[in-house]
Parts: sequence; C-alpha cells; structure tokens
Amino acid sequence: MSTLLQIDGVGKSFGGLKAVQNVSLSVTEGCLSALIGPNGAGKTTLFALMSGFLIPDTGKVVFDGQDITGQPPHLNARMGLTRTFQIVQPFAAQTVRENIAVGAHLHLPSRAGALEFAESVAQQVGLTPQLDKLASDLTVAGRKRLELARALATRPSLLLLDEVLAGLNPQEIAEMIPVVQGIAQSGVTVLMIEHVMQAVMSLAQEVWVLAQGQLIAHGTPAEVTNNKAVVEAYLGHGTAERLQKNAAQAKTAQEVKA
Amino acid sequence: MLDFNILFPSVLNGITTGAVYALIALGLTLIYGVLHIINFAHGASLMVALYGVYMLKQHFGVDPYMALPIMVPTMFVLGYALQRGVINRASHGKDENILLVTLGISIVLENLALLFFKSDTRTIETAYTLTTVEIGPAFIALPKLVSFAGALVVSAVMLLIVQKTDLGRAIRAVSKEKQGARLMGIDVDHVYAMCFGLGLASLGAAACFLMPAYYVNPQVGNGFVLVAFTIVVLGGMGSFAGALLGGLLIGVVESLGGLLLGESLGQVGIFVIFIVVLLLRPQGFFGAKA
Amino acid sequence: MKDFRNIVLFVLIVGAVPFFTQSGVMLNFVMTALYACLLSQAWNVLGGFGGQFSFGHALFFGTGAYVQAIAQMQWGLSPWVALPLAMVFAAAVGAFVGAASFRYGLKGSYFALVTLAFAEVFRILATSVPFTGAGVGLMLPLKESAANMQFGNRAGFIWLMLGLVTLALCITAWLRHSRFGAYLQAVRDNEDAARAIGVNPFSVKLIATVLSGGLMGAAGAFYVQVFQYIDPGIAFGAHTSVEALVGAIVGGMGTLWGPLLGAVSLHILADVTRNLFGQLPGINMVIYGVVLIVIVMFLPRGIAGLGTITPLQWLRGQKSDGDKP
Repeated sequence: MSTLLQIDGVGKSFGGLKAVQNVSLSVTEGCLSALIGPNGAGKTTLFALMSGFLIPDTGKVVFDGQDITGQPPHLNARMGLTRTFQIVQPFAAQTVRENIAVGAHLHLPSRAGALEFAESVAQQVGLTPQLDKLASDLTVAGRKRLELARALATRPSLLLLDEVLAGLNPQEIAEMIPVVQGIAQSGVTVLMIEHVMQAVMSLAQEVWVLAQGQLIAHGTPAEVTNNKAVVEAYLGHGTAERLQKNAAQAKTAQEVKA
Repeated sequence: MLDFNILFPSVLNGITTGAVYALIALGLTLIYGVLHIINFAHGASLMVALYGVYMLKQHFGVDPYMALPIMVPTMFVLGYALQRGVINRASHGKDENILLVTLGISIVLENLALLFFKSDTRTIETAYTLTTVEIGPAFIALPKLVSFAGALVVSAVMLLIVQKTDLGRAIRAVSKEKQGARLMGIDVDHVYAMCFGLGLASLGAAACFLMPAYYVNPQVGNGFVLVAFTIVVLGGMGSFAGALLGGLLIGVVESLGGLLLGESLGQVGIFVIFIVVLLLRPQGFFGAKA
Repeated sequence: MKDFRNIVLFVLIVGAVPFFTQSGVMLNFVMTALYACLLSQAWNVLGGFGGQFSFGHALFFGTGAYVQAIAQMQWGLSPWVALPLAMVFAAAVGAFVGAASFRYGLKGSYFALVTLAFAEVFRILATSVPFTGAGVGLMLPLKESAANMQFGNRAGFIWLMLGLVTLALCITAWLRHSRFGAYLQAVRDNEDAARAIGVNPFSVKLIATVLSGGLMGAAGAFYVQVFQYIDPGIAFGAHTSVEALVGAIVGGMGTLWGPLLGAVSLHILADVTRNLFGQLPGINMVIYGVVLIVIVMFLPRGIAGLGTITPLQWLRGQKSDGDKP
C-alpha cells in the first residue's frame, strides 16, 4: 500500500508563536488514521497547512506523489484532497441537497447530474429525509453529516476530517461512527482529528500524537495510549509515573491480600 | 513653482485642514474600533452638523465657536438615538445589514437636507472670517488656526475619555471582547450607543471649527466620508494615533495635490491613495489586523 | 424549465403593452420601470448572488454611457455597434476593479468602499478630461430613426430595454441552474467552505463582476440613447448606485424576480410621491433611504422573501454574530 500523503519537516509560526514545528508524517492509502493531542496542540493548523489554507514556513507537503506545498485549497480538492472544518461551515441559505451539490460539481458540470449525485451521497451519510431542508435548520449532528457529505461529494481520495464528532451526544456519536467507517471502507483514505477516544480506538488503524506543535508519538491506538509521553501531554508532567506507581502499589496490595 | 514660499503656505494650510480631518476621522475610528462597523452615515452626519452651525449663526446669531456647547451635546444625542433606535434594531447583528442601514441613513439625511435647504452652497460670515495671520511667508486664515487648535484639543479630550474614564474602560472592554464584557455586567448596547454618540459629538465640534472657513451644501458629506475613510484606513482601523497622523498627512496631500494638479484633480490623489492603501495594506500603518 | 417558461411569458406580456395602449404616460412608465429593473438586476448578479455589495455600481453605468456617446460622436460608429461596445468596456472596468479587489481579498465593507472610491475617481476624472466633455458633459445629436437607436415613440425603447432585461433575466436564471451559479452562491455563503470543496473564489467573483458590470453598462448606454445627454454627475453619481442596490434589496437579493419586483415597487412609490408632493428635490431618495432601512429592519429577504419566511421565523429573528469584513 502506497503513501498517499507525506509531509516533511512542516512548520508554521505566527509572530513569536510556533504553532507547528518540524512535523513529519505519512498517511497510507486506504487507511483510517487519527491525529490526536491536547487542545492547542496545533492539529487544526496542521490540517490547514496540509490542505492549503495556510502556507508552511518550512517543509514540504506531498500528495499522491506531487508537491502541493502552499497550493490553494481548491486545487487540492481537485486533486482529491478535501477537508472539513471543526466549526461547521454550511451554506446556510441553501438546502441540504444544494449544499452537497456544490461538492458534487467538482466532477460533475451538469446541474442535474450534481443534484442527483447529491442525493446518493446524502443517502450514504443518512441525510435523505433532510434533503430539502435548509442547512440552517439542521441540528448540530445534521450539520456534521452535511459537512461530511459535502466533502464526500467531491470524490476525494484523502479526506481530512476535523473533529467530526465534536459537539455530539453519545447517541449521535454512536450513530456517526459507522458512517465514518463506511466511508473508509468505500475506499476513501481518512485522516481524522479527534478528541473522542472511543472513536479513535475503534476506528483508527494508525495514530499520530501532536503536542505543542510537535509530534510526540506514533503507532497503533493501543501503543499510543500506553505511551508515557502521550499520557503526560494530556494529563501533565509526572502523571505517567504516578499512574504506574499506583498500579504497582495496587498490584502489590492484591498480592499481599492473596 | 516649487519654491519654499509657495510650498510652505500650502503645507501649513494642509496641516490646519488636516487637523479637522483628523477630528472627523477620530470619530469614525472610535465607531469602527468599537462597533466594528463602517459608518457610512458619518459624512452625512457632519453635513447635518454643519447645517446646524449655519442655522445657529443665520437665525440666532450664535457665533460658531460659541455654538460648541450646543452642537456637541445635540450631535451626541442624535448619535446615541441613531445607534440605539435604528442601527441596532435594523442590523440583526449582521455586518452586511449594518452597512446597508448606515447607507440608508446617509441617503435620508443627505436628501432631507436637499429638501429643506435646496442644493445651494452656503457660507457664514463672521467678524474674523477674513482675518489672516502671518506665519513666515504664509498668510493663514485665522479661523483655520483656531480650528487647528480646537481640533487638537477635542481630539485630546476624546482620547482622555477613552483612556481615563470608566466609560472609556467599558468601551475598550467591549471593543476587545463583547461577550466577556457583557458577562461582566457591562450594558453593551448602551456602550455601543455611547460610542456612536461620541463619534457624532466629535463631528459637532468639527462642524463648529469647519464652518467659518468652509461651506455647506447637501453633498459635502460625500467628499468628507471618503476622505475620512482614507484617513482611517491609512492610519489603521481602530488606531487613534493613526487617525491623527493620517489626518494631517491627508490634509497636506490634498493641499499639495490641489497646488500641483488643480482643485479637482487634487482630490483624485486622495482617492487613489485610498484605493491603493485598501488594496495593499488594509491594516494601515498603525492598525491591528483588518 | 419553469424559470425560462416564466421569462417567455414575461417577455410576451410586456412586449405586447405598446400594442394595447397609446398613452404616452403609460408607455413612459413602462420604459422607465424596465430601465430601473435592469439596474437592479445588474447589481443583483454581484450583490445578490455573489454576496459582494457594491456601493459604486454607477462606475459601470457611467462607463457604458460615456462609451455609447463617444463611440457615436467621436468614432462615428452606429449606436447598435456602440451598445455592445459599451457593455464590453463596462465589463472590462468590472474586470479591472474585480481583479484588484479580490486579488487582495477585499470583502464586505472594504469592497463597498473601494467601489465607491472608484466611482468617485471616475467622476472626478470625467469632470476634468476633455473627451468626456468635462463638467459640461456630452450631448448626443438628435437624429430620430430606428437605425440610429433613437425611436420616435417609446415603443422602440421599450422593446430595446425589454431585450436587455431579458438578457439579464436569462443570465440570472442561468446562475440559478448552473455550476457557476452554484459556485458563486457557495462563495457568497461561505468562502472558506467553498474553497475546501474545489471552488476558486477569485475567478468566480471576478466573472460575476464582469457580468454585473456589463449589464450595468448596457443601462448606461440606454440612458444616453433615451435622454441624449450625459454628464459626470449623472454618469458616476450616487443616485444610480443607490437606485440599483435598493431595488435589488427591496425586491429580494439573490432571486430571479426580486430585483424586478423591487425596482417596479420603488418606481411606483416614486411616481406616487411625485404626484402627492410635486417635484421636490431629493424626496425620491429620502424615500429610497427610508425604504432601505425599513426593509433591512423588517424584511431582510425583501419582497420576494415574503413567501419564504413564516411570521414565526420572522419573529424569532436572525440573531447572529456576523463576520467581520
């Protein structure tokens, strides 16, 4: 399986703040990978750098063998790289169908064709009953699906999902996970930023961990969650040791009792 | 043509006019900096104030400088009422609506003036209209010197208000973080209206300073609006220092432009600067990001 | 589809009017109403569908008007050749202003300001430059004939303007049913989201500006033919800019028939006012301004939007923290 997206030494600073520092990662074709890390780690910035919304100060972004560093987002979308937004950005004045059709138009010049394709994409994410509703009338969960559908309609080879589960209640999360899974299974490579660990553990084959703008770990979900540096990034310095000590103490206490 | 004796008076004239421009731009800066709205009605409001000064002189014999204590509070109230009663209610919080509403207000004001005063250009005559003061090779009209001084004083007062008073603190809080300010118990709507009131009050003062050396007709607002915007954009939206310096600079540019290119083409220079700055450096030279 | 069928109906009905009445008053009204429609339709392409509010649309109007006059008076061209030429020039100005503005990412108030500034610059230049007749303006010599686009009675002008209005309607209908139109509205509603799914905002907005400018230029050329006179104030002044945008907003931005509804309503309102109050200077514009404010306050979707928003939705209002320019 080939590498679909490769970023090397990518960095971006805003004034004095180094939002992303020397990050290198690769996304394998056909995989569903996750990018995790505490708030403010620079994950969304990294997405912006990958998709062309920001131009990196250093480093390279290579997609499907081509250098796309700094290439504007619309050209990336045409090449097959589409991203969604953490805070959903619907075309509020338009219907669900019309929203998705905009994405569909990337490969379908005919209006009728795009509207028709929009319907099938809506079905894929479970939005069929809402097709003629105004985007502004949807619930948060609905808008998330819309965001997903619209991106999907561009027939991407790589989909960057930015916290597609944020703001959803447990029921909605449980309903959304199979949708994302379905997309990945249909052949779309997915890289998702996610905080909802349940989704990361159950969906992701590969996990990258970003903290304070730098990559601190990489591996399978199990490897990464047991990684000391990752625990510390989320829970603070020394936590990993304390957790280990508590576990050891609990074990010894058990042995003594036995 | 370019010798000192001709340039110096032109520059000096430009500075005195520029000070009044700066005062006008200050009001606009305050409104933009806090409410984040482009007040298209600013020019028309100045025009209204100028007519006010005119009427006070023509019908009540009130000297323009003596009219300050009348014009400033009146314009303040007008501004407060406009913001609270019209703009706030019409905009539904959306920027594009505010744009249209202030445009609507400017249209109404300008054409009401046309209705009541016809399109004649009017001036006032005071005892000192024609008095000049000699400064080096230049003869500067006394009213212009007074307006220069007055504009600086009023600007200073406005800056003091924003920096030193409780209201100023509230204004600064709201401009930085509206929701947070609201949570702190600040009545944001009231602050907005106060800001707008202050912005228009400064126009009341500017009108008192302008009228002796200038004129009024229903269209003057348009010219001032663009000049004021040019200054605000040049100096940086939301920067007082920028508005002051920008005002002086634009005054000089206009004066020199008029000298070199003739009255009307000289004005083009300002608009060209405006367009260029807007395109290349919309944050101006002192402002925060646009 | 439905839109085109309606357009055909519209053309047939309005086009038949000169056959049903000889009243000079009525014919004049229809002609000037159609003219007002074109102004708002032109603005609507960029403002309603593209979401870019131009406050200086007179820029394109004046360009078209002057080209129409100059092409005949100084280049000896037939007015029927001058008209498309005027549209091309106006469209070119649109391309220039659009490219400059959008290249530097101007939006919202900034874009409105820039268009205003450009209109003012052109106005001042037109006042100073000899080939536009400077402040005096240009007077088109009277020579009535259809070949000279100076029709003896209003019917000819009505059909001419009807043709232009139909062109605008077709373009607008195309925006509603094409990929380009979908892209344009996407950029209007959320530029970043549009970029992420493959839309190039710059080229889309630029093309919209060109189309909008061209249509506006046609209106300017028409003005010159009817009134045989143009000067900098009429050409580039605020009056035309305001009429264009208020009509579109009052009628309903981003719709097919909205600008016509709005333009005609305002036109009727202006007529009624004139009958009630006489020829008071400025009264028209006062009304336009008040109507603009009232519509924005109570009916932001315009008259056309009356059907789309229920009273309950209206009462709940649209409370949102708008984006900064």
